[in-house]
Amino acid sequence: MAKYDKKLGAYICSGCGISDRLDVSQLETTAKRDGKAANCKTHEFLCSKAGVEMIQKDIDDGEVNHVIIGGCSRRSKIEAFRFPEAAVTRANLREGCIWIRPDNDEAQETTQEMADDLIRMACAESKYMNIPEASGEQELNKTLMVVGGGITGMTTAIESAKAGYSVVLVEKAGELGGWMAKLHKRTPNKMPYAAPADTNIDATIAAVNDHANITVHLNTTVAKTEGAPGRFKVELAVESGSSSNVEVGAIVQASGFNMYDPANVPAMNYEKSADIVTNMELEALANAAGDGPIKRPSDGKEVTSVIFVQNVGQNSEEEGHLPYHSGLGDMVAIKQAMYFKHHNGDCDTTILFDNLRTPGAAGEDFYRAGQDQLVTFRKGIASEVVAGGELGVKFKDMILDEEFTESADLVVLDVGMVPNSGPDPYAADNLPKDEDGNPIEVEEENAVTVESILNLDYRQGTDLPHLKHGFTDSHFICFPYETRRTGIYSAGPVRRPMDIHQTMEDATGAAMKAIQALENAGKGRAAHPRSGDLSYPLFRKEGCTQCKRCTVECPFGAINEDERGFPEFNESRCRRCGTCMGACPVRVISFDNYSVDTVGQQIKNVDIPEEFDEKPRILVLACENDAYPALDMAGQNGIEYSSFARIIPVRCLGSVNTIWLTDALNSGYDGIVLMGCSKGDEYQCHFVKGSEMAHYRMGKIADTLQTLSLEEERVATYEVAITDIHRAPKLINDMAETIEQIGMSPFKF
Amino acid sequence: MSLNTAMVEKYRNNFLKEVAGNVEEGDWVKMCMQCGVCAGSCPLGDAWEHTPQKLFMMIRAGKRDEVLTSDSMWMCTSCYNCIVRCPRELPITHIMHGLATYAKKLGLAPKSNPTQWFSETFWNNMMKKGRVNELKLGLSLYFKDGFVSGIKESIAHQKLGMNMMKAKRMAPMEIMGGHGVKDLSGLQKMIKKAQDIEAERLEANSK
Repeated sequence: MAKYDKKLGAYICSGCGISDRLDVSQLETTAKRDGKAANCKTHEFLCSKAGVEMIQKDIDDGEVNHVIIGGCSRRSKIEAFRFPEAAVTRANLREGCIWIRPDNDEAQETTQEMADDLIRMACAESKYMNIPEASGEQELNKTLMVVGGGITGMTTAIESAKAGYSVVLVEKAGELGGWMAKLHKRTPNKMPYAAPADTNIDATIAAVNDHANITVHLNTTVAKTEGAPGRFKVELAVESGSSSNVEVGAIVQASGFNMYDPANVPAMNYEKSADIVTNMELEALANAAGDGPIKRPSDGKEVTSVIFVQNVGQNSEEEGHLPYHSGLGDMVAIKQAMYFKHHNGDCDTTILFDNLRTPGAAGEDFYRAGQDQLVTFRKGIASEVVAGGELGVKFKDMILDEEFTESADLVVLDVGMVPNSGPDPYAADNLPKDEDGNPIEVEEENAVTVESILNLDYRQGTDLPHLKHGFTDSHFICFPYETRRTGIYSAGPVRRPMDIHQTMEDATGAAMKAIQALENAGKGRAAHPRSGDLSYPLFRKEGCTQCKRCTVECPFGAINEDERGFPEFNESRCRRCGTCMGACPVRVISFDNYSVDTVGQQIKNVDIPEEFDEKPRILVLACENDAYPALDMAGQNGIEYSSFARIIPVRCLGSVNTIWLTDALNSGYDGIVLMGCSKGDEYQCHFVKGSEMAHYRMGKIADTLQTLSLEEERVATYEVAITDIHRAPKLINDMAETIEQIGMSPFKF
Repeated sequence: MSLNTAMVEKYRNNFLKEVAGNVEEGDWVKMCMQCGVCAGSCPLGDAWEHTPQKLFMMIRAGKRDEVLTSDSMWMCTSCYNCIVRCPRELPITHIMHGLATYAKKLGLAPKSNPTQWFSETFWNNMMKKGRVNELKLGLSLYFKDGFVSGIKESIAHQKLGMNMMKAKRMAPMEIMGGHGVKDLSGLQKMIKKAQDIEAERLEANSK
């Protein structure tokens, strides 16, 4: 934290109709008198070249180092008002004031009051913040580690190497290629999508081995990963027992998938006959066939009829089944049916599908090509594979509504992809809970101990958190590659079921994100979504009570604990959401440009009119990612809301410290509205758990209200989406109405 | 060995291939994706035992007898709704006629089906003179179920007949034999030749 003299300069824009609606000279006076801004200027077009130059000149002359801009929203004209050498705050006079108020004489007084408060708030915020700068502890490490040597990992490695970065590629097996190397052919990736294509995996493996920037470690696993983006220290363990250490800037986990075990579906009788094979096993049979016909495993007889049973144990709620569908098994079945048409001449091939899924560019054409080659597609649900005696399949034809038993030389089971992820660090949170919220111990007979992939030395578990069904974490709406472990990206089927084409695109994306992460780490900048933010959590150890709330609640596992239980912040793992700051009961955590004070002082510097003025004050803490833009857009659409609202954007609702609410209520605010993002399974929170934490904490605010003898309705917490441009203003108006009903706060002085 | 038995022998349990190889436009059946748009579009769908969609599925399921003895494809009125709407562009109407013809050739078409009976009567009527004798065709339809019901039908339609005569839409003298095409024996030879070629083709296919 730099110590320097803060020189506040307030610049008020009179353009965009601001001077028509507001008394700009009064705003300047407010900034000078209440905001203590030594340097105050008004410009008719502040974001113009001349306006920006005016500000820049004051900065260059050393007159100003804290810039307060009164004009449009902080979400507008970001480029124009970027002064990296200064601390910048914005008073939202346009979207947050004149555009949400009616243009008439009656409203003039309250609108002006709103604008004056916005200026006071911006000045107060500026006074209590510091110019953020990187801690200087950063390192630029232009090496990435890729875990997994299948097509995903190899693609990530090649793409990163091509971009000029070094890659350490770690593969558990003795050779590269993964599942793809086991395939006979792949589904076509080029027009006319009519026949299976060569995998060309050897060329990819050669490209990896030959690239000077890629070091391949075979028979190797990750024994330990510690550190943070830019300075991960990884211990690699080789099967032979030796180990080595590498230092990398970012990590891509491409640990891929395993095939579902069809023994979990007893009716398939998978273990009862050698001629009942999985789709992956059929690839080996096709490889073994060479130029001749495919033979069945039991007696080597040439296959003359084959039935593909689709969806084995997929998309099913039954125990031991997969609750999801891998989505590509039908394309695989068409491909494999074509193997028989090619190798076994007049072989009867039947695909028993439930819902035929042929996604992707090749999908429909490939399906037609299969039909054209006389592959029989039957919408039928198999009830049993008959294994004793003549091999066959019992099924119900869903078109003819009739039971059939068809015999075949070979039965192929379409089994799904199971992510090869490590243990979920938050598994305990997802266990069924009893009435008191304690997890119920579930005895699982077949509980498999999952081996860790990354062996992270993080307080919050050894591996990437899971999203659903064992697939690793990602923010599926806004930033699909980002995990909750900054600088560690997952790619390929460990993230969701994918085919080769999808996984190669995914791998490329992950490589780009990983490169971005290590470059950011080298500059001390935050990763998504506060990309470029230089501030990081600062911590005053003397006040800390070692309560561990920050370490537990950090959604990104950024904070470790030392042996005495004090938090250890790893700034480059940090995403700057401030959830730790919101959690801290003794308020020892802050950021240079965002702290308990920068918000607390904004709250305190709002002018609270006396009770008989009948002008209540509503504090709105709005998430800067969704709720605040929604309110901005409401302004752009001319949707009005109460002039009694004082809106403060927060990085995440999770960063809201309850002291703000207590202080606000104590100083006479009449109501508080908190707006965060959707939480739960369909969460939209940019910091995944922030909104959830906030809702949990606010659930306990009733106690505070009781001690103050205030009505519970004075504090309301909502989930607001960015599209809620009508709802968000309404929530504010609702609070204004509530206050009208229950009366003004008695805490006005 | 009858043609039917020969075909059964040859294609054993693969009826789809038999249809593809022998039925006019039958090669298209494999391309059906079972969406059911044809079944939903058929104005007479409710009257059919099996919709086109279901017939195609039965073909794939090897239900040979059920398909060929069915009267469903005889019910097609050639409105072409299904052809227009089929997303896979199957010539469904033509396939229906192809299936009917094939069943007829194998001797499996349902004897009691009136459409089947009418088609045959129409054909025979036309082949006599090289053109359709409308009066005789109409009367044979009236007398289809015997003399008494024929008289009743005729009396019931007496007014219509008189009006048609007045409008010169029906020539009563056609009952005496009617007029034909110029080169009747040439036409008959031509048709015979075509039928022979078709029969030879089927015969060869069945081997």
